[in-house]
Formats: sequence, C-alpha cells, structure tokens
Amino acid sequence: MNPAVRCQNVVKTYDTGGQKVTALNGINLDIAMGELMMLVGPSGCGKTTLISVIAGILDQDDGSCEVFGEDLLNMRSRDKLNFRARNIGFVFQAFNLLPSLNAAENVSVPLIINGMKRIEAERKAITILEHVGLGERWQSLPSQLSGGQQQRVAIARALVHSPRLIVCDEPTSALDHETGRNVMALLKDVALHKDRTLVIVTHDARIFDFADRIAEMDDGHIIKVKSTK
Amino acid sequence: MNHIALKMLMGDKGKYLGIVMGLTFASLIMTQQPAIFLGIMSRTYSFIADVGLPDIWVMDPKVQFVDDIKPLQDTELYRVRGISGVQWAMPMYKGLLKARLTDGRFQTCNVVGLDDATLIGGPPVMLEGKIDDLRRSDSVIVDIDGARDKLGKPSPTVGGKPTPLKIGDSLELNDRRAIVVGIAKVSRTFQSQPVVYTTYSRAKSYAPRERKLLSFVLVKAKKGQDLAELTRRIHETTGLAAYTQAEFKTLTFEYFIHNTGIPINFGTSVLLGFIVGAAIAGQTFYNFTLGNLLQFGVLKAMGTSNWTLLRMILLQAVLVGSIGYGLGVGLTAVFGFAMRHTILAFKFPWQLLLFSGAGVSLICVFAAIISILKVIRLEPAIVFKG
Ligand SMILES: Nc1ncnc2c1ncn2[C@@H]1O[C@H](COP(=O)(O)OP(=O)(O)O)[C@@H](O)[C@H]1O
Ligand SMILES: [Mg+2]
Repeated sequence: MNPAVRCQNVVKTYDTGGQKVTALNGINLDIAMGELMMLVGPSGCGKTTLISVIAGILDQDDGSCEVFGEDLLNMRSRDKLNFRARNIGFVFQAFNLLPSLNAAENVSVPLIINGMKRIEAERKAITILEHVGLGERWQSLPSQLSGGQQQRVAIARALVHSPRLIVCDEPTSALDHETGRNVMALLKDVALHKDRTLVIVTHDARIFDFADRIAEMDDGHIIKVKSTK
Repeated sequence: MNHIALKMLMGDKGKYLGIVMGLTFASLIMTQQPAIFLGIMSRTYSFIADVGLPDIWVMDPKVQFVDDIKPLQDTELYRVRGISGVQWAMPMYKGLLKARLTDGRFQTCNVVGLDDATLIGGPPVMLEGKIDDLRRSDSVIVDIDGARDKLGKPSPTVGGKPTPLKIGDSLELNDRRAIVVGIAKVSRTFQSQPVVYTTYSRAKSYAPRERKLLSFVLVKAKKGQDLAELTRRIHETTGLAAYTQAEFKTLTFEYFIHNTGIPINFGTSVLLGFIVGAAIAGQTFYNFTLGNLLQFGVLKAMGTSNWTLLRMILLQAVLVGSIGYGLGVGLTAVFGFAMRHTILAFKFPWQLLLFSGAGVSLICVFAAIISILKVIRLEPAIVFKG
C-alpha cells in the first residue's frame, strides 16, 4: 500500500537577510495510512518546517514530498488550496481559534471553506463538538473556555471535514500534564482511524507513548525512526 | 465566509468603533464643510432668486456679478421695451447708500428701487405692512434682519439687544426723510447690509446726483418666447448684456468662485478632512487587519483562497464605510437642522451626498487595498509560528 506521506530528500533553507539557515537537510520519511507519527527533537531542529512542507503550506527547495500520492510542490495554487481544504486538518500549539466566533462557528469553518452552507455546517460542527465532550459549550467564545477546552474545539475543527491527514504542532505544550494527556487521548480516540494519519510534532516526552512511531530529528536530519510497538 | 468576515470585524468592539469613528469624522467634514460653502455661495445670488418674477436681467456688459452695479441711461428701458418678444420691461435701481439713523449714526444700506407703477421686484415675503404702501410719500420697506439689528436703536445698556426699527419710524437717506411702512423677509445676502425697498423714482432722489441711475432692466418674455433667443436679440439690439435668471446666478456664483478666497479656504478644509479621515480610517483598518493576520493565516492554511480573503476584507471595508458615511451624513443633517435659524449658511443638495460618498469610498478602497496586499502576501506557514 502507498504511504500517506512520502518525503524524499527534502531540503529547505531559510534566507534571512543574507544569513542562510538550513532547516531541513535531506529528509527521507514515509508515514503510513492510519498511523500516528510523532516528530520529536530539540527546539530549532526543523520539526515545524517539516510538517509545514507536509501540510502543503510551505514549499521545499529541493526533494519531493508526496501526500496521498500527490506532489504538492508542482500543484497549481488553486488545486493546492482545494487539496488542503479537503485533506488536511490543523491543530496548533496556541489553538488559533478565531476569537470572535463561538465554538460551533469555529468548528464549522473548514466545512464552509469546502462550500457547505453555514446552517448545515454549524449543525454538523455541534455533533463533532459532542464527540469531543463540548456539546453543551457550542455557544461559548474561545475566551470563555479553558486551554484544554479550546484545544478540544481545535481538534473538532481539525476533524469536522473528515480530512485524511491531521498535522499538529506541539498540541500539548500550552497545557498542563494531565490536560495534555487527555487531549492526546482524545486525538487518538476520535481522530485516528485506518483512513486517517496523524503527524504530531512535540518535544513533550510525557506523551510519547501515544505514538505508533517516533521520528527523531536533529539539525535538519531524521536521525532515527523507532516503533513503539 | 461573509458571516465570518463580519464576526471578525465586530468581534473587537473597540477597534470596530475606532474605524467607524474615523470614517464618520471624514464623511462629516466632507459633507458639512461643502454644505456651508454652498450655503455661503448661494447667498451671493440670493437677491436674484428673491426678485423671482422676471425671466431676463438686462445690464451693462461689464457687470460681473449682482452687486457690481454699472448704471445705464433711463432711455435703455424704452429700447428694451421695444424689442419683440418682450412682454414687459421694468427698471430697477440697486445701490449702496448711507442712511442716517435717528441717533445720528450712519449705516450703509442696500437700496432697491422698484418700478413706481407695478412695484415689480419687491421683497418675496412681507411680514408687516403691504408692498403697495410704497406708493405713499417718503415710504420705504426694510428687511427684518436689518430692522432688528443694524438699523435698530442701540440698547441703552451695554451689550443689550437693539430696539428694532418698526413701522412709522424714520431714517434719512441723502438728507431726505424715509418713513418705514413695512417689514419684509428677504434671503440673506453675502454682504448682509440691511435692504431698503422703495420706488424707482424715490430711489433716484435718495441716490447721489448722477447722470445714469438705472441698474437693471427686468424683462418678462412673451408666452412661448424662447429665452435664449430673446437674450440674444436684446443683446444684439441694445449692445447690453442680457442674462436669464439662471445665467445671472451662475455669473455671480462664478465671480465669487474665481475672485475670492472662499473656495480655497473650504477646499483646504475639505481636503484636510479627507486626508485626516483617510489617515485615521486607513490606519485603524490596516491595524485591524494586521491584528487579525494570524486569523487570516489560519484561514489561508485551511484552504481559503486569496480571492475569498479579498472579498472578506472588502466586505469589512464596505460595511464600516457605509456606517461611517451614514453617521457622518446624518450628523451633518442634524447640524444643518440645528443651525437653521442662525445666520450660518448651510445648503445640502443631493449632489453633496454623492461627493462625500465618493470621498468615503475612496478612503475605504485605499484602506482595503493596503490590507488586502498584506494578506495576499501572507505566507500560510506563519500559522505554526509561536
Ligand atoms: N520563517 C523563518 N525564517 C528564517 N528562519 C526560520 C524560519 N522558520 C524557522 N527558521 C529556522 O529554521 C530552523 C528550524 O526551525 P523550526 O522548523 O521552527 O524548528 P522546530 O519546530 O523544530 O523548533 C531554526 O533554526 C529556525 O530558526
Ligand atoms: Mg516548532
């Protein structure tokens, strides 16, 4: 079976005012369908850069990255937008909910981007909020929710349009230990199934046990991929 | 996505108010200042409008505006009367004369002399007395504003209101007695001297001895007579200038436009209002977009196209623009209404709505464009930056 994500020799260099920083220096990585892959490593080693390339929001300088068999680099920008809208869900360290939208409206955003009518999208959003245990709080604004609750809304938003790949950057770093583990448990329970892949960037060792496989990075390289099974 | 755009805009009440207030201020300045300007400018020709009845004004060709009197010989009246298409032609005297008030002060007045027989060209509204009272000897009619203020008897106490001039009171014009027989309401003119109406022949006796005293010949055209044709015919026959009422207003209006600092003064304040409004509104709107950049980035990462984001920002700009414009125009109307009984000039024609509307639209388009450029250049990868 084809992998969900196949990175071959991916190179990315940032150029900040003459100073070049090679964030990815020849990345080779396959991530299987239905797998929870963690990217770990010290700060600045290129984890965020790698999931940005995988999620199709950053173009690499060299090498190829295929997601579900599609080479995003060479896709027309409109197709790439549609590809992201349909296939990718995002979870961020700082939640990044829209502060003036309530929980249901926030969760409905990916559906609306995909062209669903607002009423229908919000109805569906509320059922997903129920899955993450926030059915009662669908009218709350992000500012009225705790960090853990906000991250659960964000997970609902990442799931609502049934994407095949969810990328998460440090999803537990802004949360305390217990809340972080609860959020991870939820992600694994609700988000992961055989047709969906999760790529989670973290340096939070306390959640490593949720991974199927862990790719360890350092200085733009993947130095080791180990299975937890 | 429109719903999301509106929620984003109104979610932050403080910033939202800031943007709307900037635009309100800009549209207020861009509406209220021109309204005052138009009000003042319309006063330049209010005398012509007050006279009303005649179709055509005949005068010396060198006359540049309504108060620029270049007298004609009385015989011109009869020449005009002889031209075909003229139903009637009446003389009018208009001139600034010094009146001596009972307390010995002198006051310059705008004296208008009307045809003795018909009294055509008289004040538009009589408040006390009748126009026909001008047929009595030594009689004059004065305008209410003049009667109350400049022609009134000074108050015995300092700073008190003068006692208004009333029917039966007298003035002296060129050492001749003039008795007030009526009080009239006239439109405020630019110079704002008191207006004194009398008959043509009496006006001549008040005026300093001069060979020529006929200021205007007022002409009514025969029914069905083409006015452009008649003015041309009058001009060709007499060598005098002949203008329709509208043409004479325009002539006067343009004289003031070209020969006074008024348009520049008001133009400057309108321009300043525009620039300040554009700066405030543009700045607050741009700041609003900058503040929401991460939100736009999230939408972009999730697959929202630049085109959709552009429409969202445009919608936000149009909304704050319309509200600011509505408030600004509304405040202007309230201002005009509150000032309706004061001497402040104020004129608010519908064209002014288009003018300030265009101004506010320009500001919003400008504010939206700088915001849109920023959002279009935005890299979606910023969403993962802490
Ligand atoms: N937008 C950028 N411009 C310049 N340098 C960047 C940018 N983003 C990341 N970097 C640099 O690239 C390297 C990898 O960054 P990142 O992928 O964010 O690492 P991690 O997520 O593992 O902390 C770091 O040295 C970082 O300073
Ligand atoms: Mg990172």
